[in-house]
Amino acid sequence: MSAPLVSMRGLGRTFVNRKGLFGARRSMRAVDDVTLDIPAGKVTGVVGESGCGKSTLARLALRLIEASSGSVTFDGTDIGSLEPAAMRQIRRRMQMVFQDPYSSLDPRYSIADCLLEPFAIQGLMPPARQRAAQVDDLLDMVGLARSVASSFPHQLSGGQKQRVGIARALALKPQFLVLDEPTASLDVSIQAQIIALLERFRDDFGLAYLFISHDLGLVRYFCDQVVVMYLGRIVEVMDRPDARPRHPYSRALLNSTFAPDPAKRRVVTPMAGEIPSPFALPPGCAFAARCPQASALCKAERPTLAESTAGGRIACHHPQD
Amino acid sequence: MALLDLSDVTVSIGALMPLDRIAFSIEAGEIVGVVGESGSGKSLTAMAVMGLLPLIGGRITSGAVRFADVELNRLPERDYRALRGRRIALISQNPMTSLDPIRRVGQQIDQVSMIHLGLGAQQARLRSVDMMRQLRIPEADVVHGNYPHHLSGGMKQRIVIAMALAADPELIVADEPTTALDVTIQAQIIQIMVEMVRRKNVALMLITHDMGVVAQACDRVVVLYAGRVAETGSVERIFAAPRHPYTKSLIGCIPVEGLAPGGLKGIDGVVPGVANYPTGCRFHPRCSLAQDRCKIEAPLLRTFDEGAAACHLAGDPP
Repeated sequence: MSAPLVSMRGLGRTFVNRKGLFGARRSMRAVDDVTLDIPAGKVTGVVGESGCGKSTLARLALRLIEASSGSVTFDGTDIGSLEPAAMRQIRRRMQMVFQDPYSSLDPRYSIADCLLEPFAIQGLMPPARQRAAQVDDLLDMVGLARSVASSFPHQLSGGQKQRVGIARALALKPQFLVLDEPTASLDVSIQAQIIALLERFRDDFGLAYLFISHDLGLVRYFCDQVVVMYLGRIVEVMDRPDARPRHPYSRALLNSTFAPDPAKRRVVTPMAGEIPSPFALPPGCAFAARCPQASALCKAERPTLAESTAGGRIACHHPQD
Repeated sequence: MALLDLSDVTVSIGALMPLDRIAFSIEAGEIVGVVGESGSGKSLTAMAVMGLLPLIGGRITSGAVRFADVELNRLPERDYRALRGRRIALISQNPMTSLDPIRRVGQQIDQVSMIHLGLGAQQARLRSVDMMRQLRIPEADVVHGNYPHHLSGGMKQRIVIAMALAADPELIVADEPTTALDVTIQAQIIQIMVEMVRRKNVALMLITHDMGVVAQACDRVVVLYAGRVAETGSVERIFAAPRHPYTKSLIGCIPVEGLAPGGLKGIDGVVPGVANYPTGCRFHPRCSLAQDRCKIEAPLLRTFDEGAAACHLAGDPP
């Protein structure tokens, strides 16, 4: 296997806040000890519920926020130690598409301005007479009409805005794209369009994606490698998307997706218990309180992420087969 | 006789006509999914049933909405108020905005049975806590005293469902009740909601854009496109043999187990805005099967042995 494009080693981020105005300081590990390789030209999917740290991981991957511990290496360079100028250089090669296309586009910028902004930031602005052609190329690429260039974000639908977000991320021809729930606020019909577009770019440009989602069904369709997170930690990595999940939490996630077939109705076994507070994690497995397989061992000792017999890695005392 | 019957309901807002001859019915205790993309007219249909169109300057210009023995489109607002919350309840998409942020959630449920069923405060509280337990809210008597900001999105949506059920309604209109939630929470809420309406024999009009949710929860399906009914039918029929190409496309938007890469298609283009509805079949610009006839002549909603479809290519009814 060739060297991964992006390597995370023991990556962590702790947030500190106060409970109330005068309360004691308390901290939570939004991302804890994440070790993950993202291969070039492939899609790595990260799934988990709200609050599992997947968006924080997305931001750490691009160093949009600083890590509290561990490192991120991009194409052999440890990006955590780069000076701002060098960081800016390398950012050309790594870009982000945000979840909410409604708030990630400046309402006062025309779409053409939005698409030219990356060039301006990087000091790569094409000469004035070539700008329109550059914008047209980007709009063509994501399947938007060229007339959109003079529109403003509020004149576009959610799906159109997300296409603009993707075009903007692709403007500088990056190798690595982080997509933070790019379709969560869109209709399923538009979601499918966007995914088809992303599949094409992966194949045409050899892009690597870190694709964040809460929909395991979608991730299993779209991704080459599936990472399941729970309360800041990786609980399972499946190196084949069709691999049957072995962690009880991954199973529960899979059981939550509905097939478009009334003959395949599921009985959703509700997960017992509540998600523990991220400020006061239990000593053992964080999922133990909700897990049907939990034993005394699970409550006492946190399972480590180890090689799984089914390929990939798993952190569970009682993996399912 | 159906519990709810919409016959050729046309809705106008000013010079625009966002709903055109919507026709379907819901039997007592039945779960009917109303599906379509954003802009199909799902929420407007809900508003037409709830009598909320005046809020956005809209009105029913022809057709009739009948609920049991009441003709809703002729009902004065005064009488509508007695009906809403009591016999027809609404669950809206966003639980964050449908709860009063400065009142305890329990009181908000209590209020429904106090107003509509005339219960005293004590009885109302007992009833609310019992309802919350049935909705599997842990420590219901504690949660009863919490404020909305104490609760997670899924828990808030359960509170909203408890409010909807509090006065024993005959019909609940749920407008994308799980769209704002995580998939795990969505799965639980759908499960709980279906269990409850079945147990209490309440009819449910479930509005969603997700064919996965429809397949999981519904008995029958109404597919809307650009303000018209594209197809209706039993859930089995709709998924096994959709008559309308739009229905088929919507089903194809859900990634299924084992779908090969590139298999997820989506539907090209977007739903046209109400001011730009195309001539003929409104789906024809996005339809891969469209013929010349589809561009000129609007297909009528034709009744088949089971269900109905508005497509020139749906074959002839028997």
